[in-house]
Amino acid sequence: MNADYVLQTLDLRKEFKGFTAVDDVNLNVERGTIHALIGPNGAGKTTVFNLLTKFLTPTTGQILYNGNDITRMKPAAIARMGVIRSFQISAVFPHLTVLENVRVALQRKEGNSFHFWKSQSVLNKLNSRAEELLDSVGLLEFANATTVDLSYGRKRALEIATTLALEPELMLLDEPTQGMGHEDVGLVADLIKKVSVGRTILMVEHNLHVVSKLADRITVLQRGAILTEGDYDTVSADPRVREAYMGVEADEEVPGQTTGAKSAEEVSA
Amino acid sequence: MKINKLYLGLLGFALIAPTILYPVFLMKVLCFALFACAFNLLLGFVGLLSFGHAVFLGTGGYVTGYLMMNTGITPELGILCGTAAAALLGAFYGKLSVKREGIYFAMVTLALAQLMFFVYLQAPFTGGEDGMQGVPRGELFGLIDLSDNMAMYYFVLAVFVFGFWLIHRTIHSPFGQVLKAIRENEPRAVSLGYNVNDYKWVAFIISSALAGLAGSTKTLVFQLASLTDVHWHMSGEVVLMTLVGGMGTILGPLVGAGVVVGIQNYLSGGELGNYLHIIMGAIFVICVLAFRSGIVGEINKVIKRNFSS
Repeated sequence: MNADYVLQTLDLRKEFKGFTAVDDVNLNVERGTIHALIGPNGAGKTTVFNLLTKFLTPTTGQILYNGNDITRMKPAAIARMGVIRSFQISAVFPHLTVLENVRVALQRKEGNSFHFWKSQSVLNKLNSRAEELLDSVGLLEFANATTVDLSYGRKRALEIATTLALEPELMLLDEPTQGMGHEDVGLVADLIKKVSVGRTILMVEHNLHVVSKLADRITVLQRGAILTEGDYDTVSADPRVREAYMGVEADEEVPGQTTGAKSAEEVSA
Repeated sequence: MKINKLYLGLLGFALIAPTILYPVFLMKVLCFALFACAFNLLLGFVGLLSFGHAVFLGTGGYVTGYLMMNTGITPELGILCGTAAAALLGAFYGKLSVKREGIYFAMVTLALAQLMFFVYLQAPFTGGEDGMQGVPRGELFGLIDLSDNMAMYYFVLAVFVFGFWLIHRTIHSPFGQVLKAIRENEPRAVSLGYNVNDYKWVAFIISSALAGLAGSTKTLVFQLASLTDVHWHMSGEVVLMTLVGGMGTILGPLVGAGVVVGIQNYLSGGELGNYLHIIMGAIFVICVLAFRSGIVGEINKVIKRNFSS
């Protein structure tokens, strides 16, 4: 009996004009976990991510969501099934207010999104739910601000609130802490931990400190193929991972040391 | 509600305007304003630059003109049919073009519009180069004789107010919210589960229907439907109006249409008539270089800077 997998890929492969970006990847994301996808630059993380979110179509292979084949489905369709993605650059609607950002997400289920003859005041009944969501990410006081004026970290928080509005079963986060200052990284990591309760999260992440803190399971990609898989301690102790990251086999160094993953250092020592 | 007062003031002005200004000129401004507003719904609120919007203006005009000349139906029905024809064409063209983005969308719409241009050039019922002349204005609801310019003016004003209201409502509707989201960040709108092409398509149909409404009305005003209205020059002109007035603002296209039509009318009578295109071109360049958000956009900025805390 297999474990309960929310998302599975079977021999997923993507070729770009002869170049194999993703090479027969078999990924299994267990329900209720935070699963991280890491790897050096050019390992194909973002390509895998775009395949999973349907922004790219795989050359061969299958993607299963709750056991159903979603390989040929459109991005908007899987979003309606509960698979919601985030983007590397914070994905907000910059010239809408913070509240409107969340409300656009809530609005879809109302079924009035094509009603061009109705006043938008019919959306006001969603405001209290939107405010709740903003409160949960600490943005309530900015509800009426124009989104473009928010700091980067707050935009990320808003993006998460917007994603939560859809009550996703599976969240796909593309480098959630990329380009952030130190405080913001901590803030967003805590937020991810908080919202992971009762959900499954698959994230692509560069910051190994964040990965060590959050991820239950890690898949390491190299040159489009899976190098190894396991929890942080297993993965960080694997000499092949070190080699992939450092270019040489360095006994003393572990990935993430530079970003301060103390626990891993102790384990590997 | 400051903005409502502004609208009421404008409406009040529009009601007394024909006593000060030449009504046919005003009607021309209103028709082009409606056309530009319809165009702006796509460019300013969905971010789609249609470069063939004249085809909807012209189609509305031809259909209304043909029906008025050959079937003797009342003008309101003629306009309705013209609008419906433009909407139908918009539904077909929209379906084909909304899959494309940016410059490709502009090119596809231009190509499709040119296709119809040549159809209208060759088709026997349009009168080819001569156009359809002497289209009767008819009697509104069979009661009011529209050959009187004042009566016609108030009818055109009513049509414009309806069109403007519909656009205003569309922008401030649940649908409009999704459109803005698509304009702001399309991939994100997709990831929230919206089939963005369907929304673009509906917006395209609304826009082309209103452009057709403008064209139908214009045909009645000038009693003429000609190739000018389908030509790509016209598609370019509406871009100019929208940009000069302020893209993405509700009143911008109205102001832009007033400015462009005003300049054209003023200059074409005088000595500078020959330089009209050069002058319009210069205005366009200045507008793009110096005040990119258009007249209304710039005014909004000043208001925001000085009067909001």
